[in-house]
Amino acid sequence: MIEVQHLVKRYGSKRALDDISFTVRDGEILGFLGPNGAGKSTTMNIITGYVSATSGTVTVDGHEILEEPLEAKRKLGYLPEMPPLYVDMTVEEYLSFAFDLKKVKLPKREHIEEVCGLVRIGDVRGRVIRHLSKGYRQRVGLAQALLGNPDVLILDEPTVGLDPKQIIEIRALIRELGERHTVILSSHILPEVQAVCDRVIVINKGRLVADGTPEELSHALSTDHKLTVRVEGPEAEILKALGRLKHIERAASLGEREPGCYDFNVEASSGYDIRRGVSGTIFEHGWALLGMRSSELSLEDIFLQLTEDSAEGDEA
Amino acid sequence: MGAILRRELNAYFRGAVGYVYLALFYAFTGVIYFIIVYSGLSSSMYLFAYSFYVSMYLVPLLTMRLLSEDRKLRTDQLLLTSPLRLSELVCGKFLAAFLVFALGMGITVPEAAVISAFSNFDWPVYFTSLVGILLLGGASIAVCMLFSALTENQIIAAVLGFVTMLLLSMLDQFASVFSSEAVKNALLGLSFYTRFFNLTVGVIDFSDVFFFLSVTGVFLFLTARVLEKQRWS
Repeated sequence: MIEVQHLVKRYGSKRALDDISFTVRDGEILGFLGPNGAGKSTTMNIITGYVSATSGTVTVDGHEILEEPLEAKRKLGYLPEMPPLYVDMTVEEYLSFAFDLKKVKLPKREHIEEVCGLVRIGDVRGRVIRHLSKGYRQRVGLAQALLGNPDVLILDEPTVGLDPKQIIEIRALIRELGERHTVILSSHILPEVQAVCDRVIVINKGRLVADGTPEELSHALSTDHKLTVRVEGPEAEILKALGRLKHIERAASLGEREPGCYDFNVEASSGYDIRRGVSGTIFEHGWALLGMRSSELSLEDIFLQLTEDSAEGDEA
Repeated sequence: MGAILRRELNAYFRGAVGYVYLALFYAFTGVIYFIIVYSGLSSSMYLFAYSFYVSMYLVPLLTMRLLSEDRKLRTDQLLLTSPLRLSELVCGKFLAAFLVFALGMGITVPEAAVISAFSNFDWPVYFTSLVGILLLGGASIAVCMLFSALTENQIIAAVLGFVTMLLLSMLDQFASVFSSEAVKNALLGLSFYTRFFNLTVGVIDFSDVFFFLSVTGVFLFLTARVLEKQRWS
């Protein structure tokens, strides 16, 4: 449905996007994961024709966005990071305007009604957008993107700034929409992308660092083999005992956290679950195990890891 | 284009801008009208001679918001990602401003009708003048719209537009300063006032009409180019 090839965007000397290529298949929900400033919005703005790439091409259902912009844009519904709302209009007026603007050829009243029902804004249709809460504004923006039943929906951080209940609602809605539309959605929240998407693309600093299903991604990011344990006992001996365990690659002390208790980082060879081994050793020695958790990777760690992995992959 | 035109026309009268513009325009031209009637003149020439300045100086009010606001509020993301040509966008916005301008100028119709009831009114002169001022208005709107596309600050757009209109309206005076005939003729050729004045004497000279239409066309084109360029920077 969408083909992105060798996208480069330069702002002055800064490369916002550096050779990004991917395809989105028909009916797929694609997640776009990356920290703030990674180039997610830039990519989406290029796909929708709002900004132009320095080089590279974007094709929507066979129509190149620069060569045949009208045909390509007709297939797209876009919800930018900040919903593009005319706050002086009522919801009804705004949607009617967007309907005309997109030259939708469906029965107007019925279609707007249908879309309003879908995103549940029927009760605020007569209200001026200026007076709506953030959650409602987001939904009005989504309604605008849905007008004309476009084949592709592009949603830039659709859940940012919403409360947890609204987030759950919007996620459910996106999954529902994914049954009839091809969806690209961006986020900087890993679990969100995992919950909603069929496929995930990770970008960092303008470069594509991973592309796969959420399962593949979470496998690559599996943290079972990296533990943090808190043990009561003599620091040096514990460290020695942990280091002697099978499949352990690295063990390091993080220092005393409570009186007489030390935290240790233990890392096993990839694919080995060492939790049993670690707790067994500690009990055998008569020390007390006060806590054990998988080391949580911050988003930065994830990108670091993915970047390292992809570098290794290139060499192989 | 229709969608843009309707939305912009509504926007003028949803906020204060449309009313402020019309009020100022009616007030200024009303005073002039009063003076004309009071001094017993029946020619519409004076009416339009003053309208020339009022129109040019008030046009920035109409255009300052047109494109700058979309950029500031990011609503241009909706406009530019819709299946809409840039030319449709620019023309829709232009036409909205032009219609409000024409609505302002429309006040002269009843004014002229009242004068004609009491005196020997020269209707042909009135009509060519009206055509002239509408052409002038269109050209001024197109020029000022370019400034609205260049900045996301309405005030800057208005000030730049106003200064440009001020300079354009005084080209005649500048021309008289130069001794070189070539420079003088070049400036007079560009002068909105000279071109407009030709039309107020009751003769429609095609070159004057063409002048205003081409200024309008060129500046609308430039506006579209500015919008296009913003995508690449």
